[in-house]
Amino acid sequence: MIKVVYLGQLADMAGTAESEFAATSGAIDWADLLALLENHVAPHLAEAVQADTVKLAVNGRLLADRAMLDARDGDEIALLPPVSGG
Amino acid sequence: MRDVRLTETGFSPADELGVFARAHDASGAIASFTGQVRPGGGVLALELTHYAPLTLPGMEKIAQEAQNRFTLAGLLALHRVGKMLPGEPIVVVAAAAAHRRDAIQAVDFMMDHLKSAAWFWKREQRNDGWHWISPRSVDHADLARWN
Repeated sequence: MIKVVYLGQLADMAGTAESEFAATSGAIDWADLLALLENHVAPHLAEAVQADTVKLAVNGRLLADRAMLDARDGDEIALLPPVSGG
Repeated sequence: MRDVRLTETGFSPADELGVFARAHDASGAIASFTGQVRPGGGVLALELTHYAPLTLPGMEKIAQEAQNRFTLAGLLALHRVGKMLPGEPIVVVAAAAAHRRDAIQAVDFMMDHLKSAAWFWKREQRNDGWHWISPRSVDHADLARWN
């Protein structure tokens, strides 16, 4: 399973703090993730996470480019909207 | 000495600062800042969420930058997460140094970075429900002072 964690207002949009997906091909890329969010989580979530201000981390490491996403079984993807500060 | 922590429960800034001061009784200067949930404005509660794999490591990195930038004997940064009520402490930062300028500036640097570059998401509860707080432009301007 691949876990997806939603932070901040993205958790509200998703209606949950996290989801788990089984990747039939063994991996999830950025296009796969958008399709999963659109079809299985919430209608407008895929659109929201495509904003430039939303960052992506895999296993606690930020991705410089979302197109580089290549999540495997056991990985944790985090979708990070802009921080509001402490 | 660096002490960077997240806490999900309430804490006493006075107790934390007392421990810090005793640990740095050889320093000529100690400066500190305490942030509290601002009462008023119809805010019933404040909730801070964090992402464990990033938030504490990010705070450590900010603290390390402060230690690189200023000559410090010690640095404390304690940040609350979870749901808080007006008047409750959110954050306490303290810096010990030989001279005041390093201590004061280190605290200022830490707060500007914690306010705009740390991985926290904040929402306020009002009578009509919860509202997410967007980053304020003044926070980014404060951060830019250090570039």
